[in-house]
Amino acid sequence: MQPWMKRAAFLGLLGGFGALHVSLVGMVGTFQARDFISGIVTVGSVLPMLIAILVGWRAGILQRDTDVAPTPSRALASGAVAGAVVGLVLALLCVIILNVDVDWIFVNARPQLAEILLFGQGIGVGSIILIVGGALLGAAGAALNVVSGPVARTVTIAAIVTLLVSLMEPFLGAVFRNLSLNVVDDFLYDRGGLTPIGFVLVYALVAAGVYAWATRGDRARARVEAMPPDRQRNLKLGAYGVIVVLLLLLPLIVGQRLSEVVGTVGIYVLLGLGLNIVVGFAGLLDLGYVAFYAVGAYVTAVLTSPASPAFSPELPFWGALPFVIVAAAMVGLFVGAPVLRLRGDYLAIVTLGFGEIAREIFKSQWAQPVTGGAQGILSIPPPLPFDRDPQSIYYPILFFCILAAIGASSLAASRVGRAWNAMREDESVAEATGVNTTYYKLLAFGLGAAFGCVSGALFAAKIGVIFADSFNILVSINALALIILGGMGNIFGVVLGALVLVGLPEFLREFAEYRLLIYGAVLVIMMILRPEGLLPSRVRRAELHEDEGEDDAQYAAEAGEETGKPVVTT
Amino acid sequence: MTDTTATTVDPRPDHTGAGHRGDTLLELEDVHVFYGNIEALKGISLNVARGEIVTLIGSNGAGKSTTLRAISGTHRPRSGSIRLAGSAIHNLPPHEIVSKGIAHSPEGRKVFSRMSVFENLQMGAFSRHGERIDDDVARVFDLFPRLRERRSQKAGTMSGGEQQMLAMGRALMARPSILLLDEPSMGLSPILTEQIFKIIEEINAQGTTVLLVEQNALMALNAAHRGYVIQTGRIILADTAANLAANEQVRQAYLGEI
Repeated sequence: MQPWMKRAAFLGLLGGFGALHVSLVGMVGTFQARDFISGIVTVGSVLPMLIAILVGWRAGILQRDTDVAPTPSRALASGAVAGAVVGLVLALLCVIILNVDVDWIFVNARPQLAEILLFGQGIGVGSIILIVGGALLGAAGAALNVVSGPVARTVTIAAIVTLLVSLMEPFLGAVFRNLSLNVVDDFLYDRGGLTPIGFVLVYALVAAGVYAWATRGDRARARVEAMPPDRQRNLKLGAYGVIVVLLLLLPLIVGQRLSEVVGTVGIYVLLGLGLNIVVGFAGLLDLGYVAFYAVGAYVTAVLTSPASPAFSPELPFWGALPFVIVAAAMVGLFVGAPVLRLRGDYLAIVTLGFGEIAREIFKSQWAQPVTGGAQGILSIPPPLPFDRDPQSIYYPILFFCILAAIGASSLAASRVGRAWNAMREDESVAEATGVNTTYYKLLAFGLGAAFGCVSGALFAAKIGVIFADSFNILVSINALALIILGGMGNIFGVVLGALVLVGLPEFLREFAEYRLLIYGAVLVIMMILRPEGLLPSRVRRAELHEDEGEDDAQYAAEAGEETGKPVVTT
Repeated sequence: MTDTTATTVDPRPDHTGAGHRGDTLLELEDVHVFYGNIEALKGISLNVARGEIVTLIGSNGAGKSTTLRAISGTHRPRSGSIRLAGSAIHNLPPHEIVSKGIAHSPEGRKVFSRMSVFENLQMGAFSRHGERIDDDVARVFDLFPRLRERRSQKAGTMSGGEQQMLAMGRALMARPSILLLDEPSMGLSPILTEQIFKIIEEINAQGTTVLLVEQNALMALNAAHRGYVIQTGRIILADTAANLAANEQVRQAYLGEI
């Protein structure tokens, strides 16, 4: 066997293992209920197909050391081999499932799974479909390396967007119906997926858009940059204006039920913006951020709820807010002060501990007279004196998100932002240049705490009921994951991260069960392909790609020095 | 160049080059510094007069860098006193010491490598909150023309010599009355070292007092007015630079002569 075939087969085995995994954990079976293209392909069978395409793409990137000449035909063959191996592994799985009773080990290894994987055919025909289909998909994946860059990008992005549009049927369908655009809904969607015409239409539209941007985007950008600065600013302000108007109308557009989800995303945006100050700007890895969220929620609950055991003259939400912020700053200092001397991993572990301690305290018998212990606090009033309907709760959340976004971006551009930047780069040098590191660390903790507490306050007022167990480490991890995914240090990145990690799972009910699995997979893939996040800040991108391409400049500069070329010239 | 910080008790120089040498600017008295239980400085006493270049020479691990760290407050001494223009500074945190007029250019070209040259210089003036820094940037660029060319280049991508220039320039941005330089010649080629020392003399001629720590004793003694020899945490010799350069013991130990 030739080396490139070995490599392709190995990649195919890896992909086969992945396909086995998603089949056996039940994802294939669960998603079978949803159509991707109605009547043609279900989301369940798209999963193994995606894997075949992915390994085909990878196998199509031929390595120089294994190949004399990386020709297109060899790349395609390589992808086909990898894809066929994926199909072979799945066919073997089907043979085993149909002949041996293994569902006492793997609950999902039932004949129904085999039926899905074999496209409803018998084992003979089905296996051939699997292997040949795998080979074709693998070759298609490999073809992405053969065709030109813009074309490959267009095909890929359009496919991903189309898949998302199909998956978001519950969301988009509800929006269309809410806007009484039933015609569009009927046209695009059927039985939880795209109609064949809808599929073609969406794919074509997205592909055309992406291709236009890939080929003409530079010119458009150049034209904007060539404009006089005041017109550029007007354009920018106009864009922000449109965004704000859209945000204001959002609850009306998406309707009652989805406003709930949008509110949750907003709360996480606020949480992410706060954590972004601590982690993204100041570089202090805080894994116990949930503590601030909990403090905000509890202070609000105790002060506003008539059912809270401790504090009887009830304040309205806005009356409690100043106390929330004071409490936040105090807790921020309380947590910040002892950990000032810690750096990096040590800081992360200690703050992790703080987060857990906070939850245990709120839950404890000792704190029960104030926090209600394990019973929690009930009947917290909503922030606006209307009914607790998600559309009216959305607006306070939006207000604080915009406030926080403006606050965070002006901080980043200020002297304070520069001090944080310097501290993140090298704490001892920052100290030597006159940065009061103690002050700026505490400031980061305090501001981060304030954002987190306000977020918690809104959470309490939105839900109306709080229990200590809602404030577990997953909240911290969610907040951290969304800023990593979105792009650390960037405010739009935080919003995007919250949409993807908090919003999408809420829209896609089938995903709920596999949420953490998908989280993990997404984060691993992100760290490999784009460690700076989807929308990175300039500095972060530089930090994570600093060894690429810049070494040459340094060597060249040092070579100049070695040869004794005059260095200080006028 | 006009001094925008013309307050009555400002120890900073006016950059006119009219430094009035003589009165003591920096004074260390019996300074003891510990790293854990290890005594790194065993009672250092030295003084630097206004307008001088004073060098502290000695071998690796003798306590040169530790002395500078004690002065800049990044490592606090356990006992002894450090005074700047008569007032004690050894209990102040580093950022206050910087704003009192001591700038430290740390060992090993510690620049903010992901910031541009200009941003590095901007950070250097961090202690001078709210003042204009254009003149100072221009002054640094006049001293180090190479930095002007690389104004918006990322510091980490520059050569070692350029990074050293940037570290010195950044320290100057604080408008220090005294500049602490830690091994400015470390890892640089002989030609570059010579350039750096010329610039140090120029900085001094413009009115900034310099305390220079060096392993390259020959270069340091050539540039300095006076020198101290430090060995295992103690000052063992103190004299004018010329006398030290002529001293038999120094020549054998530090100038590589047998």
